[in-house]
Amino acid sequence: MEALGRFFIFLSQTLSRRERLSIYPVLILEEMLQIGFNSFKLVAIVSSFIGAVTCVQTAFNLVSPLVPSYIIGTIVRDMTLLELAPTITCIVLSGKVGSNIAGQLGTMRITEQIDALEVMGINSVSYLVFPKIMASLLMFPVLVIFAGFLSLMGGYLAGIFTGVITESEYVYGIRYTFNEFNITFAIIKAIVFAFLISSISAFQGFYTRGGALEVGIASTQAVTKSCIAVLIADYLLAQMLL
Amino acid sequence: MIEVKNISKRFGDKQILTDVSAKFEPSNNSLIIGTSGTGKSVLLKCIVGLIKPEEGQVLFDGRDFYKASEREKKDIRREIGMLFQGSALFDSKTVEENVRFPLDLLDENMSESEKLDRVNFCLHRVALDNSNKKMPSELSGGMKKRVGIARAIVLNPKYLFCDEPNSGLDPQTSIKIDELISEITDEFKITTIVVSHDMNSVFGIGEYVVFLHEGKKLWEGTAGQIMDADVSELHDFIFAGKLMRQVRLTM
Repeated sequence: MEALGRFFIFLSQTLSRRERLSIYPVLILEEMLQIGFNSFKLVAIVSSFIGAVTCVQTAFNLVSPLVPSYIIGTIVRDMTLLELAPTITCIVLSGKVGSNIAGQLGTMRITEQIDALEVMGINSVSYLVFPKIMASLLMFPVLVIFAGFLSLMGGYLAGIFTGVITESEYVYGIRYTFNEFNITFAIIKAIVFAFLISSISAFQGFYTRGGALEVGIASTQAVTKSCIAVLIADYLLAQMLL
Repeated sequence: MIEVKNISKRFGDKQILTDVSAKFEPSNNSLIIGTSGTGKSVLLKCIVGLIKPEEGQVLFDGRDFYKASEREKKDIRREIGMLFQGSALFDSKTVEENVRFPLDLLDENMSESEKLDRVNFCLHRVALDNSNKKMPSELSGGMKKRVGIARAIVLNPKYLFCDEPNSGLDPQTSIKIDELISEITDEFKITTIVVSHDMNSVFGIGEYVVFLHEGKKLWEGTAGQIMDADVSELHDFIFAGKLMRQVRLTM
């Protein structure tokens, strides 16, 4: 409970005693490049294979001749857009982005760089953490949309190349009874997960004490706690919004 | 002037500082000395506001730091420059960006060319001309300290704090850093407080010395008076080194 209280105080500090607003756009852009742009390759690989595997496994499980093949496309669409693209992408990002944020802030803490900011009268939480959270909130939805698209493409390619489904059946399947809210739901999930991953990782890194070993521990804890938070939030959002 | 009144600090069950008071005069190089783990750095961090003491006051020219509003604290902090033990340079920024950083964030009125002039002046003052584009990883320990000093003075501070400026440096470089701190104190009329356990610093630049032992102030006075001090812990500290023991034998 004490840690939770400290976490909320930490979050309130990101918004209180802010520095001049004009310094933030550049910081946010830098973080967007680091958090978002540098993650595109990883997200592309993960999401393409998620779509491909979902397609092949769904085809493998559909043994009844009464079920039309285009259902494979429908299942790939719903599974990837609703769950796999946002959740798996964000869990992968919690490993990459979360450990990066915690490691960076942890190193700054143990090398007294954060103390240097505080002595200068700069609110270090606001200066260092606020841009990371904002950049995550802006970039995660983009990455999740990208992941969703590539998952569908991965499913398409795997289906066509393995011959489990024809091109027209797959395209028909992914358009069949399409519910637009699924996209909205994926974006909502991305925003919530972005906030959880960036804030939890920043909190873990910011309060690192000790040396290099503790920075490593903080990074590991950031990833572990972010993943757990993402999974709990995933369930709660599904329960509330679907 | 910086005045410290009855500062006490505890970490858990461990009492780090007990009722420490001292006055640090303007344009003076004051030293806080003592053995490792005696609370010197904690006292310094209490003075600059990085660690809040349980009891006591820190007055910057009469302004009580811990009773000040956030706005007033920010104003006081703008008058503070600090050199950290490990220099605390921002790894991902060049030397120029490190020194320029406080200007970019805290000085809205300066033009870009004025900022560059100020950065170049500070780097010249610490004898680091032509190092603007170097990264901290390319610098030696002594050069990092110099950049740290340049960053600390870039905003024309009234108060300069140095946490173990000689740690990790060879004796010659240590003396040069000490001399630089002393020159800057005189030149810019800064109130300087240096935390050190280096006897060269005590006798080289210490105009006023505070001796801490197990979190308590046991002695204070000028460097000239230190040999006459009637405090056994201070004598043990001063003459702990082999060289100083030989000096004592010749006294």
